[in-house]
Amino acid sequence: MEIRSKEFKSRAVFAIHDASLQQAMGKARDGFVGKRAQQAAELPEFEALREEAKNLKNHILENLDHYLERYEDAVKRAGGHVHWARDAQEARAIILDICKRVNAKTITKGKSMVSEEIDLNEALIEHGMEVVETDLGEYIIQLANEPPSHIIAPAVHKTKNQVSDLFEAAHGGPRKTEVADLVNEARQVLREKYFRADVGITGGNFLIAETGSSMIVTNEGNGDLTQTLAKVHIVTSGIERVVPTLDDATLFLRLLARSATGQETETYTTISTGPRRATDLDGPEEYHVVLVDNGRSKMLAGHFRDMLRCIRCGACMNHCPVYGSVGGHAYGWVYPGPMGSVLTPLIKGLDNAYDLPNACTLNGRCASVCPVKIPLPDLLRELRHLQHQQELSPVMQRRALKAWRFVATRPKLYHAGEWIAVRVLKLLGRKGSIRRLPFAQAWTDVRDLPTPEGQTFLQRWQAQRGK
Amino acid sequence: MTTPQSASRPASPPRVGLFVTCLVDAMRPSVGFAALKLLRDAGCRVEVPDAQTCCGQPAFNSGDTADAAVLARRFIESFEPYDYVVGPSGSCVGMTRAHYEEVLSNDPAWSERARRLGERTYELMSFLVDVMHYTPTDVKLDSSFTYHDSCSGLRELGVHDQPRALLDKVTGLTLKPLEGNDVCCGFGGTFCVKYPSISNAVVTEKAEAIERSGAQLLLGGDLGCLMNMSGKLKRQGSKVRSLHAAEVLAGMGNGPAIGEED
Repeated sequence: MEIRSKEFKSRAVFAIHDASLQQAMGKARDGFVGKRAQQAAELPEFEALREEAKNLKNHILENLDHYLERYEDAVKRAGGHVHWARDAQEARAIILDICKRVNAKTITKGKSMVSEEIDLNEALIEHGMEVVETDLGEYIIQLANEPPSHIIAPAVHKTKNQVSDLFEAAHGGPRKTEVADLVNEARQVLREKYFRADVGITGGNFLIAETGSSMIVTNEGNGDLTQTLAKVHIVTSGIERVVPTLDDATLFLRLLARSATGQETETYTTISTGPRRATDLDGPEEYHVVLVDNGRSKMLAGHFRDMLRCIRCGACMNHCPVYGSVGGHAYGWVYPGPMGSVLTPLIKGLDNAYDLPNACTLNGRCASVCPVKIPLPDLLRELRHLQHQQELSPVMQRRALKAWRFVATRPKLYHAGEWIAVRVLKLLGRKGSIRRLPFAQAWTDVRDLPTPEGQTFLQRWQAQRGK
Repeated sequence: MTTPQSASRPASPPRVGLFVTCLVDAMRPSVGFAALKLLRDAGCRVEVPDAQTCCGQPAFNSGDTADAAVLARRFIESFEPYDYVVGPSGSCVGMTRAHYEEVLSNDPAWSERARRLGERTYELMSFLVDVMHYTPTDVKLDSSFTYHDSCSGLRELGVHDQPRALLDKVTGLTLKPLEGNDVCCGFGGTFCVKYPSISNAVVTEKAEAIERSGAQLLLGGDLGCLMNMSGKLKRQGSKVRSLHAAEVLAGMGNGPAIGEED
């Protein structure tokens, strides 16, 4: 999808005034946060697991080339193919080639954020193929022709009513209003697609270097049907998702579901290794893995390596007050919330997403729940630093900071200026508060500003000592 | 950052440099005097470096690390002579304790000075409890309060139990828990004026939670956050009064609240 992060501010305002969005977000937020907290509290070693997962990820990233090569060898041994894509365009071309070669007409898809990142659906549809998202949330937003607004709950911004409308329009009546009925309706529509699918495309939560397997977790089982019933299975994954062994993957599995949805484990955890063997009852005839770089090796080499630990659980956005207020679409690209505010400028360019690292209070709640302890506020601040260095920040802001530094290094000047400001504010106050202040309307439009007490602390202190 | 270790109380009265913070200095000196009183009651010799201005946090958080470094060096020079540096703000102390080392990382000597000073720099509530083992006596206030844990104090410095332990000793004062006490209030320094709509959405929710707590007082340990929340509460005509926790602990709980007339 075309990046629209430059419109963040206006999209955020729009979202804040969207009543049904706010209704949907409120429900989801309370659910995710409460359930995660309960899971974390019930597992005594949860905090230790986070530390262990961080360290293991760091080790993998330190040796990423080694594990990726081992993984590639293992996939080949199992009869599969590995394709390396430097960027989104290469990834699309590789997948298109496979689909064209097998003359694909219908393509089913499990949830894959990498496929969103590389604009895969548009490319396939452009070439006359039918693409069917099989994750319920993805299916809903595909009907609505919208991008996901959350990395694990793509339709979290939709109310049940809106889903009823979409299904009625797409499937024909009668209109369903109960969740169970809506799910059943989608299931029936999708079931038929699974059997017709020529190609099934899934993401990969983990790629196992020792066995050459891809592992996915879902709550609907849609991923299993996508990858076992189609003639060709294509896995799209970022290069950072490799883990050394199956045993290692279990460490992340213990953290992933708890952090993401507040479940002990997701309903389905499925491991795919190569195409079907002679003795297998079913499975794809071809198995392909497309490993996407798209800016990741640059992150690996620079200040943002920590971001590559991300296991895409979504806890950071679930706990972010900004995401909670504006929803995922305001961010303007595929990855929203704190992790998206780091990834988007790194993948799409600092100047294309100026607001994302800045629209954050640096409150740190995201980092405190991150299962792999990514220091998200530090990374966002580092992006601000790069923006400042490249003079992408507003010129007035840069001048104001210079002026502030000039004054703050001259205590006499600073305290004289402070005294004038305090006097002015004191004069403008009524009954202890200021309700409207020119040049500070961003504050006073929505809240009062307290009037200063009068003398500054240092003035009173010096007067007391002088006595 | 880890929670400061609870060591034994200093044997002789420590010399404490009071880090007033620029907001307290300009807007609400009474918080500074409350801090002064509490530190003295706890047995400290308190001094206030005259030349203190700003810790550089606005520059650092805006990506201007070079200007932040200039202010950080100034701060270190002003406060290095003291046994401890104590400030009534988790945010400002978080900047000096958790970030100065990084701000000055280009210069190993300064970075080391930052680290050493950081080890002796404390948020007021945590200093009173963790270092001075202070317990307030003879403080009374017939009221109920709810407590907002400001983010930097909570997550960078581990300040959570200390203010509650201290406030628990105030006779007549009862705690009413705040739903989402660890959720940001939407202040975020310059964030609140750079993204006013989002800040307003976040503080609106916070104000609703404060009202739902049923408390008469909103207390916290950071003036910036308190100004944001109390400003919203006042604009909405709420009866909840807002004070810095230090003011209540220093026996100033009946004085004018934030945004009230003297």
